[in-house]
Amino acid sequence: MWRFIGFRFLQAIPVILAVITVTFFLVRAAPGGPFDQEKAVSDQVRAALEARYQLDLPMHEQYFSYMSDLFRGDMGPSFFYPGRSVNELIIQGLPITAELGFYALLTALVIGCLAGVLAALKPNTAQDYVPMSVAMIGICMPSFLLGPLLVLIFGIWLDLLPVSGWGNSQGDKILPSITLGAMTAAYIARLSRSGMLEVLNQDYMRTARAKGLPEYVVVIKHALRGGLLPVVSYLGPAFAALLSGSFVVETVFQIPGLGRFYIQAAFNRDYTMILGTTVFLSTLIVIFNLLSDIVAAWLNPRLRYQFRK
Amino acid sequence: MTSESGSVEIINIALEMPKGTSLWKDGWHRLRQNKLAIHGFSYLLLLILICLVTPWIAPYGYEEQNLRLGAVPPSAEHWLGTDTFGRDMLTRILYGGRISLAVGFIATAVALIIGVTYGAIAGYAGGKIDNAMMRLVDIFYALPYMIFIILLMVVFGRNLLLLFLAIGAVEWLVMARIVRGQIQSLRQQEYVEAAISLGLSPLAIIFKHLMPNAIGPVIVYTTLTIPNVMLLEAFLSFLGLGIQPPQSSWGVLIAYGVETMEEYPWLLIFPGLALSTTLFALNFLGDGLRDALDPKASRD
Amino acid sequence: MKFNTDRLIFVFLILLAGCGGGESESRVESGNREGVFHFGNHAEPQGLDPHIVTGIPEHHILTALFEGLVLKNPYTLDIEPGVAKAWDISDDGLTYTFQLRDNASWSNGDAITAEDFRWSWQRALSPILGSEYSYMYYPIENAEAYNTGRMADFSQVGVSVLDDHTLQVKLHSPTPYFLQLLDHYSMFPVHRATLESFGADSDRLTAWAQEGNTVTNGAFVLTEWQINSHVRVEKNRSYWDAEEVDLNAIVFYPTENLVTEERMFRDGQLHRTAEIPLDKIITYQQEQPEVTRIAPWIGSYFYMFNTNRAPMDDVRVREALAMAIDRALIAETVTQGLYTSSTALVPPGTLGYQPPQLFTFDREKAAELLTQAGYPNGEGFPAFDLLYNTNEDHRKIAVAIQQMWMKNLNITVNLVNQEWKVYLDAQNNMNYDMARRGWIGDYVDPYTFLGMYITDGGNNKTGFSNARYDEIILHEAPAELDKDKRFALYHEAETILLENMAILPIFTYQFKHLYQTSVKGMPDNIMDYYNYKYVSLDSEG
Repeated sequence: MWRFIGFRFLQAIPVILAVITVTFFLVRAAPGGPFDQEKAVSDQVRAALEARYQLDLPMHEQYFSYMSDLFRGDMGPSFFYPGRSVNELIIQGLPITAELGFYALLTALVIGCLAGVLAALKPNTAQDYVPMSVAMIGICMPSFLLGPLLVLIFGIWLDLLPVSGWGNSQGDKILPSITLGAMTAAYIARLSRSGMLEVLNQDYMRTARAKGLPEYVVVIKHALRGGLLPVVSYLGPAFAALLSGSFVVETVFQIPGLGRFYIQAAFNRDYTMILGTTVFLSTLIVIFNLLSDIVAAWLNPRLRYQFRK
Repeated sequence: MTSESGSVEIINIALEMPKGTSLWKDGWHRLRQNKLAIHGFSYLLLLILICLVTPWIAPYGYEEQNLRLGAVPPSAEHWLGTDTFGRDMLTRILYGGRISLAVGFIATAVALIIGVTYGAIAGYAGGKIDNAMMRLVDIFYALPYMIFIILLMVVFGRNLLLLFLAIGAVEWLVMARIVRGQIQSLRQQEYVEAAISLGLSPLAIIFKHLMPNAIGPVIVYTTLTIPNVMLLEAFLSFLGLGIQPPQSSWGVLIAYGVETMEEYPWLLIFPGLALSTTLFALNFLGDGLRDALDPKASRD
Repeated sequence: MKFNTDRLIFVFLILLAGCGGGESESRVESGNREGVFHFGNHAEPQGLDPHIVTGIPEHHILTALFEGLVLKNPYTLDIEPGVAKAWDISDDGLTYTFQLRDNASWSNGDAITAEDFRWSWQRALSPILGSEYSYMYYPIENAEAYNTGRMADFSQVGVSVLDDHTLQVKLHSPTPYFLQLLDHYSMFPVHRATLESFGADSDRLTAWAQEGNTVTNGAFVLTEWQINSHVRVEKNRSYWDAEEVDLNAIVFYPTENLVTEERMFRDGQLHRTAEIPLDKIITYQQEQPEVTRIAPWIGSYFYMFNTNRAPMDDVRVREALAMAIDRALIAETVTQGLYTSSTALVPPGTLGYQPPQLFTFDREKAAELLTQAGYPNGEGFPAFDLLYNTNEDHRKIAVAIQQMWMKNLNITVNLVNQEWKVYLDAQNNMNYDMARRGWIGDYVDPYTFLGMYITDGGNNKTGFSNARYDEIILHEAPAELDKDKRFALYHEAETILLENMAILPIFTYQFKHLYQTSVKGMPDNIMDYYNYKYVSLDSEG
């Protein structure tokens, strides 16, 4: 088991290195540099700026310089916000995005598992179609549609919830969390439904029912653990999906999280910020995928035995 | 029940039993039971048909403006109303559908071709080659795909072809994994050993023998990729990176409609419905296909 | 079923936690009571170093934190004393002598002296710093030479300290609008000791301007700055005119999304918005005119031509394109009466100046010109790209114009939407056919517009070059003391520019904001300028 973990961990490192390299050169290839401003800058000034940010060095030197700083944990100064470092900005935006992601995941799990389990219990009936349709809203309605719609209904017409912000007014975390969680809820619904379907038809379920246990005990005690297993392995990709989804949700609700920083950085050609965020998020995704694989392997006895070999 | 009617019953049952089913017949039979999937399928066929003949049936040009008219709600001349430039919404939604569906199908096709080829090769080759190829997939998988696509669009500018490639470049990964997994497990089968010993070339083996059996999950996943792609295109358009005016896709129409949600709700409702129902249909069809073609999910 | 109800309760509780009875008091209401102004500021400030930043959002915050030699009256735009309590102008208009007040101080207690200004201006003009507004200083003798590195000795520049509270400035030509320049943030003083302790005199990347570090001299001090969330400034008790300041604090929000900003206003979260979404303007004007403010702004909206590239190198083509646009129709319909048509560069009425009018909307004449240029009925006319930066308004206008050109001239134009950096890059490198451009005047004088189009001017980027134009703009006009004669010269220069159609004028800007009715002291003026000393919040709402 530990060998498995260690092996996967080692595999993750070249992945991350490759991600950094690809992004580094991709970003540098973009037209429009960080110092293009509307009031024209004289050549001398531009030269001074580029020297200060090391942009006048040949590409490979810039790369090595960046990598060595990175190993020491320094992601460099932001090109767009003078005086701020990328580390600082990430630290500011991260907790917010993390919280948003957490609540979204929670919402997704609740809605998704509920819908999927209900649907699996009576397939191809109304109890199947209705919850699944509701859960599917997440992948059939883009979040930049769902979000403003929810805001219109709950924020403006019913005046129950705030229209934007995070942590500024009471209840302003609800709509963004639901909007972000909706897509993941749909996938979880699907996965839990198919997982439950598979499990519910197994022989040991018939045995449990034959024993005379009430249906819900059968479901909770015996079916859930196996049925929800696919959901666990999905948590890794779910995390990645939530991160990507946060870009749009944070823009729609004006939430000062990492996703919004990223989009701004891309548009502002803030090279270091783009790189830093990409590295950071990619590393998180890799770690999360690893964790989710480990947990899935641990929960699944078949896989567990496989690694004893 | 007398023994006589009992035996009649048995004979009746025997006569009604489906004769020699295959995976496909079985699958089709199960699919037909899934009402949602069937409705979705018919809706999609209808939609594709309408979008194909749009240039001949559309009442107006999609870029035809009528500035004095401005945005008006649905009326006899404009069944779905007009937008702020006085352009007919029905026409724009039809043309938008052409683009959205085109992006969906083409980008998915790109992903399909790349993914299947890649996965088949990796699964068949096995060993070190497989390992290396899958590590490459892992690398790309680790990039939060939105970041990657945004960067691509921002770096290389916007054009339709690039959009297809960029989206396809992200979606092929999972396809590759699925195909590889399938090929890997099928490869161990005896008939493959037989084919190899017969001297068939790897390509022939892959495409004639392995692929047909692996194709089930591929079909399912393809059907489910199309809506993802369409959503992805909508996101990019929302960020300003997608289709450029005066063309639009459903995603663009929705993004514009959101801005004027309260003043001109029809600008949002109709494109929103168009996209949502199409996505629902595709998803239900995909789910239905998966349920139908999965031999393990037996139902009584 | 048991577990279902558990989950249902869970979800219900979450919802309940959020619905804490809606809002008992809105942010605007509590702000009215406490004197806290909630300001929708459009974008996150790139920084708060007045010599480095360039945008309007930064301007709004910096004018709260710092104070220059003079201020402006928000009602009349007349110059009022700032740090300088009085000044003297010599008869030839070349020498200004400023008397600084004794009680002006920095937020850490240090007194402000003339030397502070001299040092700050030297820093702002330092070639290594790369201030993008350094051209504001150029009316000062030798400032340009120092800034471009041609002169190394700052003592040659026309700024001198006569004593602790007397500053003298020498200009190279009588610049009638010079006092207005002094109110621009690029000419604000900065605290030498703070900057030097961070090494910021020549290094842009330091953190001196951030909360906890910065030392300012204005009516407010910086207390909070959370990126992408808000910037909060609070009343400076030791400001020399603190008695006149009614507000206790201002909170600036980076409300990038117009539609969300409008909802925030409706929800009672903002006192003032940076914009109004186009499609909501009519509704607001009809239903809530008391919160809606739309008024002329000293800004010009136009498209620029790359006159070095075909087909834009033919003046007849450019004229044809200009004449084939029905500006009035767009102004009325697409932009909901927001902008006014313009056929010139300088907004009419700028200090009383009236620009020349050389053409009108005339589709026959336009078609004729195009034929003369070799493209009868648009045949053979190559499709070209029109660049614009990502923005809802620009897109709408471009889409309408694209269609007009198609209908009136039978030509194809591709709309290319680029985000800000790429868009600027394309212009700077003259890598475009036609690009949308907007220019907001930095001060109230036609020169702020006309000064752009000198040969190889940093803001020219069209390839336009005319010797007579340069002669007027660089030499004759700045030396002319008589306003009517100066305006006649401007008129001549602008006529040259328009005859060559280096730019395609479209609209004159108006600004559009929403203000809660409790806001007092923020009148409309052509520069969209605020003087926070005049602002107060009516607690009755």
